[in-house]
Amino acid sequence: MSACKCNAHLDDPRAEKLRQIITKYRNTNGALIPVLHEAQELYGHLPIEVQKAISEGLNVPLAEIYGVVTFYTQFSLMPKGKFKIQVCMGTACYVKGANSILDKLKEKLGVDIGDCTEDGLFSLDVCRCIGACGLAPVIMINDEVYGTLTADQIEGIIRKYQERPV
Amino acid sequence: MDREMINITIDTRKIEVPKGITVLEAAKIANIAIPTLCFLKDINEIGACRMCVVEIEGFRGLQAACVFPVSDGMVIWTQTPAVRESRKVTLELILSNHDRKCLSCVRSRNCELQRLAEELNIGDLRFDGETYRLPLDNFSPSIVRDPNKCVLCRRCVSMCKNVQGTAVLDTNERGFKTIVSPAFHKSLNEVPCTMCGQCITVCPVGALREKDDTDKVWEALANKELHVVVQTAPAVRVALGEEFGMPIGSRVTSNMVASLRRLGFRKVFDTDTAADLTIMEEVTELVHRIKEGGKLPLITSCSPGWIKYCEHYYPEFLENLSTCKSPHEMFGALLKSYYAAKMNVDPAKVFVVSIMPCTAKKFEAKRTELAATGYPDVDVVLTTRELARMIREAAINFNELPERHFDDPMGEASGAGVIFGATGGVMEAALRTAAEILGGKPLENIEFHQVRGVEGIKEAEIEVGGLKLKAAVAHGLKNAGQLLEKIKNGEAEYHFIEIMACPGGCVNGGGQPIQPSYVRSWLDLRAERAKAIYEEDRDLPIRKSHENPRVKMLYDEFFGEPGSHKAHELLHTHYAPRENYPETDKN
Ligand code: SF4
Ligand code: SF4
Ligand code: SF4
Ligand code: FES
Repeated sequence: MSACKCNAHLDDPRAEKLRQIITKYRNTNGALIPVLHEAQELYGHLPIEVQKAISEGLNVPLAEIYGVVTFYTQFSLMPKGKFKIQVCMGTACYVKGANSILDKLKEKLGVDIGDCTEDGLFSLDVCRCIGACGLAPVIMINDEVYGTLTADQIEGIIRKYQERPV
Repeated sequence: MDREMINITIDTRKIEVPKGITVLEAAKIANIAIPTLCFLKDINEIGACRMCVVEIEGFRGLQAACVFPVSDGMVIWTQTPAVRESRKVTLELILSNHDRKCLSCVRSRNCELQRLAEELNIGDLRFDGETYRLPLDNFSPSIVRDPNKCVLCRRCVSMCKNVQGTAVLDTNERGFKTIVSPAFHKSLNEVPCTMCGQCITVCPVGALREKDDTDKVWEALANKELHVVVQTAPAVRVALGEEFGMPIGSRVTSNMVASLRRLGFRKVFDTDTAADLTIMEEVTELVHRIKEGGKLPLITSCSPGWIKYCEHYYPEFLENLSTCKSPHEMFGALLKSYYAAKMNVDPAKVFVVSIMPCTAKKFEAKRTELAATGYPDVDVVLTTRELARMIREAAINFNELPERHFDDPMGEASGAGVIFGATGGVMEAALRTAAEILGGKPLENIEFHQVRGVEGIKEAEIEVGGLKLKAAVAHGLKNAGQLLEKIKNGEAEYHFIEIMACPGGCVNGGGQPIQPSYVRSWLDLRAERAKAIYEEDRDLPIRKSHENPRVKMLYDEFFGEPGSHKAHELLHTHYAPRENYPETDKN
């Protein structure tokens, strides 16, 4: 049980809420998507325990739920951090060395793509072109854009967020 | 029933076809071939791959023939330059990131993708796609899943969800990363997969296949210390011939036995003998439960795919299961006890190989509770397909072999044992025996046609010794689930139920020769192979389990009587509920 840091175990108070959500939709057709939406709002993401509970509650196979969750980009399997870092992997950024930025981020945060740091502060993802090619390579942290980056600027940027009052 | 007929034209040929059928079906009637990939009649009709495109006058663009319905006056073109180019591009895109290692692929020469590449005259590929290697899932004792060969046709998804009702496979992710897999990229070994192997038999390529255990058998055969014996299930003898180019439904019992001799097995036995034993034990159990007010309905336990399904999805019915082991496990236990003693060999040295139409039996053989003598009842299970591979590897000319028969002791089986291979067979075999034992006099007609055939759920009410025995037969796990729901809701009541995991029973098992879509979409494999099974039964001198002299001998010399203490020790077992998605540290 090493990788799961989400604490989304079903004995926490959210479990009762989740049961209510499922009951609300139990007899509606096409209920899966709205249930997944509300569950994601509740937990911030959709870990296996939550999907299993929905599977049992709605009587929809887990494999089907997982298929839906991984098809739509708005659903996430992994918890997202307070600060969501997105590294642009569009062609321009890629050519200008987005990979070295990404590697630096992985190293500094100690997480892989799609993961979230233990303290829940940062999550790391890659994304398609965000349309700031002139500034390549680019990363976004929540809504803030950082451009013409070099790998050695990363540490400073991360520190800035770490020092922000929570 | 008269169906309204309409007139259409395909490639200048004018034909009359029933209204409402698809362009593909109409072309079939006109004897015009249209290439397909994702299509599998009645199972996967989703129009996903666009390999089957045609031009239809009055419609823009190309249409997928496998889902497009014909209408009166329709003019269809199946071979225009645009059609050919479109099919080629579709195929080349699939091939561009396919793991194209035909030379070492188990499906080479029986692969729908390979055949398409040949038929559509694909030469050098114009695109070379991004290929990335995905991990092989070979953790299951029965099924290997190789996503690098998957063409995303979704036939396995439809089979697992709509026919088997298990739904452990689905399409995940999107775009270039799309993958057919269990949830959370788990192994098939960690999800409620029944190991039925039906997904393998519908896969057009080598993306799903059985776990190959032929090495273990070659090794055992080469080991002079071991006494290696083999048994074959009834369904194998009516399908193995297909692997050697014979028509579907060919009976090849003698060639099969002769090949096994050549491969070097000490003895070649017939699992049907144990099927007869199963009937004796199961009928005794049934009579006992009816008389003593035991748990009813009694449900058969010969199909390990069904057993695993029950453990995962219907644990409340576990007590209804017959405690009888499946026939080959009974046989294994017998070979390592009675037979070993008779032959004066150390049971530790007896190595039992089962040739089965089934992939779930590979899993079953590994159940630790099935080791009555302290050794596994069965050491290795090979599918019909694996046996065919061994025969080819040994360069045996399968089609020209001398006539050979099963070995004694325990060679002879009854026709009742043979029909175990088709849906309804175990029921019919049991009825032949139950009716005579309970009725106290020989039956006039021993053929129970009510329980034969490919209908998903069959019911029968049979008068046996003053009791109206209510029986039901289900095959295919979704049908099984529906039957159990009816019982749960009190809508139906039975004394005795036969359930087989595979649609059609073992003749259509997950380990049987694979017929491509262009064959099995238009011909009912289940019925063709079952026909051969019933012919085999009709040709046998003894057709009832309780009249099999070997079975009588076994009870006289060894077990005492059906249901005896010794019989229970060796021939019976118990089942336990299984968690569906157990937590593993992978997540
Ligand atoms: S799946 Fe078919 S095309 Fe692919 S490697 Fe195997 S035989 Fe060749
Ligand atoms: S073996 Fe049967 S249950 Fe398992 S994935 Fe294949 S079809 Fe589904
Ligand atoms: S595994 Fe086979 S049947 Fe399933 S989607 Fe892939 S190619 Fe099709
Ligand atoms: S779309 Fe018709 S065969 Fe796939």
